[in-house]
Amino acid sequence: MAKIHVNTSINGEVVEFLCEPHETLLDVLRNDLQLTGTKEGCASGDCGACSVTVNDALVCSCLVLGVEAEGAEIGTIEGVSNKDQLHVIQQKFLEHAALQCGICTPGLVVSTKKLLEENPNPTEEQARYYLAGNLCRCTGYDKIIRAVMDAAETMRGAA
Amino acid sequence: MSEAKQYKYIGTRSIRPDGFDKVTGRANYGADMSLPGMIWGKILRSPHAHAKIKSIDTTKAEALAGVLAIASYNDFPSVADEVVATGEGSSNLLDLANNILAKDKVLYHGHAILAIGARTAAIAEQALGLVEIEYEVLKPVLDVNDAMAADAPVLHDNMFTQGLAETPTKASNIAARQEFKMGDVEAGFAEADLIVERDFYTPTVHQGYIEPHACTARYDADGQSMLWCSTQGHFDVRASTAKLLSLNLNRLKVIASEIGGGFGGKTTVYLEPVALILSKKSGRPVKMIMDRDEVFKASGPGSATRNWVKIGAKKDGTITAMQALLHYEAGAFKGSPVMMGCMTAFTPYAVPNMYVEGYDVVVNKPKVAAYRAPGAPQAEYAAEMVVNEIADKLGIDPIDLRLQNAAKEGTQTIYGPKLKAVGLVECLEAAKNSPQYQEALKENQGRGVAAGFWFNVGGQSSVTLNMNPDGTGTIVEGSPDIGGSRASMQLMAAEELGMPAENLKPIIGDTENVAFSAGTGGSRTTFATGMAVIEAAQDVVRQLKERSAAVWNLTADQIEYAEGETFSGDNRMTVAEICAGAERTGGQITGRGNINARGAGPSFAVHLCDVEVDKDTGKVDVLRYTAVQDAGKAIHPSYVEGQLQGGAVQGIGWALNEEYVYSADGHMENAGFLDYRIPLASDLPMIDAIIVEVPNPFHPFGVRGVGESGIIPPLAATAYAVSQAIGLPITDLPCSPPNVLKVIQDNA
Repeated sequence: MAKIHVNTSINGEVVEFLCEPHETLLDVLRNDLQLTGTKEGCASGDCGACSVTVNDALVCSCLVLGVEAEGAEIGTIEGVSNKDQLHVIQQKFLEHAALQCGICTPGLVVSTKKLLEENPNPTEEQARYYLAGNLCRCTGYDKIIRAVMDAAETMRGAA
Repeated sequence: MSEAKQYKYIGTRSIRPDGFDKVTGRANYGADMSLPGMIWGKILRSPHAHAKIKSIDTTKAEALAGVLAIASYNDFPSVADEVVATGEGSSNLLDLANNILAKDKVLYHGHAILAIGARTAAIAEQALGLVEIEYEVLKPVLDVNDAMAADAPVLHDNMFTQGLAETPTKASNIAARQEFKMGDVEAGFAEADLIVERDFYTPTVHQGYIEPHACTARYDADGQSMLWCSTQGHFDVRASTAKLLSLNLNRLKVIASEIGGGFGGKTTVYLEPVALILSKKSGRPVKMIMDRDEVFKASGPGSATRNWVKIGAKKDGTITAMQALLHYEAGAFKGSPVMMGCMTAFTPYAVPNMYVEGYDVVVNKPKVAAYRAPGAPQAEYAAEMVVNEIADKLGIDPIDLRLQNAAKEGTQTIYGPKLKAVGLVECLEAAKNSPQYQEALKENQGRGVAAGFWFNVGGQSSVTLNMNPDGTGTIVEGSPDIGGSRASMQLMAAEELGMPAENLKPIIGDTENVAFSAGTGGSRTTFATGMAVIEAAQDVVRQLKERSAAVWNLTADQIEYAEGETFSGDNRMTVAEICAGAERTGGQITGRGNINARGAGPSFAVHLCDVEVDKDTGKVDVLRYTAVQDAGKAIHPSYVEGQLQGGAVQGIGWALNEEYVYSADGHMENAGFLDYRIPLASDLPMIDAIIVEVPNPFHPFGVRGVGESGIIPPLAATAYAVSQAIGLPITDLPCSPPNVLKVIQDNA
């Protein structure tokens, strides 16, 4: 099978890669570009562990083909912090112990970032529904929601 | 509660040492390891629930370009009929091998048959489709009742029921019977004014960790073989894999990756031996990752059960007798946790007359694995439902009824020992005083209360604490950190050494750089590995005193140590100074802790659940939830709360929605997160966690494991709340909309 050449941008950097036509963006990120921060939990769009942004839309990268990245701007967990300076959301996840095993955390951080861009002042219920596509089996979501609400408040204060 | 000791580090909510890596995506999990020249392995799985394999033809698959190796049962060197320790339990080696790659019979939909290693995962998948297998399809049994019928198809023609007065000569699907008894239940029931008995059903459920099983293996004939994998116990992976492949333990290094959830389900091996075989045959490193549907079909799950419970009580609320008959599905191979069910069912109660009988039954479903307090939630669900019904019928508050009959220090258990100091009464009182218990209920709402008991375990743990020349230290432990335990280790070492936590870095060593440690299971890590950390820290202190004594020309017993300094008279040295000068006093300092921890204190839990039921659809909304649990001493309160909340929600999922759905011919029909519905953020309220601290007298800081008890009470707390809301008895889980609606309509 001939591989396809794709020009894209990932976390603001120009990236080119070759991929098979059937390869998902998730597989390209993880296996071809070694961006393993994006996780696979189901490969069917049900768990949100592979959440990324494509042209500012929050998507499951397991449901996007690698070739669809052509000309797009991709945002992954690796681009959320500013080098060693954690994003407020990341810092709040740590302060609130909003992770146990941590496998869902990259996806939740990416989704929360998008939530707070769209709605800087969500109610608890709005946060719970926005993040309903990100499964966490460890925490029962309590501390995640607290971290999200605290991050929202902090970010509003800083804005 | 005894008066609390004052601690400087323990009990603080420090930032976990592995946190930065986990929120930035840098942490490496099971699927995140790649090696030069690596190929991919995929597994061919049975499309049938029960069939004989008549022939396998791999000619076409082998001919496909890019296929480099094929593995089957025949690639295991001679497998002996012996028992090996696998995490929280033990497995027969033949069963383990047969589950990893079927020998001549497939026993469930998804049962692994062979594996193919190829240049890419896509080629491996393509090659699987080229394998030709001829089956003789057999009738499956999918429920304990069917499996125990006299004319049931038999899964194993060499399985004869153990635990009967006389071992039968006819093979059956009943692997074993066991019983536990004390007192005289018949006499107890004769004293009772009220007797309630009911049958209950709980479905097959999955642990539901978000990270699928994954590993990377590299075989090396020279004895340098290595496995990178997501596991709760890498020493157990080494033991099982080495045994299956006839390797000495020192010829296989197992590295525990970060682990994306386990809940008991990652205490055994599925892919690891297969990946190593493929690596051996191909001469290349091999990566294997289960797809989500493979995780559902062929790993875990937790036993489905059919349990009968009968309880008698006097009018004043005194429980006089408790009896249960438990039937647990083991899946395709013997070994359900029914014994744990027998031992835990009634342990929250101080009742003299108890009798529990349990059956371990094989069915054509995946071989069950440990699932958080394995065996306890199902049995205690049935018991707690009946206790609630007794309380209602006697007009007694369900917490008061439990307080009246609560197990406490000195209570005789059905499984042998008397309980030491435990915190059930304190948990019940905390639940009674909780804000939730004061809330009034409205129409279509109901409240459920339930208690839960789990033993917790200790066992072997090893730790080395390597001090650095600048006075900082590295804690090398052997227990995979699944929920923040490195933070606890760091705090316990900091407390013992009187040093800032950030100066002590906890890491999980591989099987070669720390001595054997039992896996992370049985809520043992903060308790047992914590004790090894404390011992290693004490060993460091001993050596710091010796080194100071050498410098000051004193003897070690003349030296004191506190807050990171040794001192004697006017002499004073910091840990940093001692470590910097270690070159002149005998070389660097390593503390060791190697223990077999005894005295794991049981952790009792009490939960409250308030629900509202939509009687037109059967949909249940959880309105409020409180989880109370005895932690002995919470080393890191946030992660203790996290265990309480996470256990509660996993149990809510079990109560409300989760179940394996099978077709009549034994196909699992909901092998994905869309149809096997675990709780979402939008399904839940905040979970109020209340930590009770009744110190465990057998741990230096009083720690009790907290990982498991919290999944036990939610089943009955939630289901009983539903039954209160609809005014009808609930017996079968899950309380999903169609099931609840059926109960309402059947009683209309």
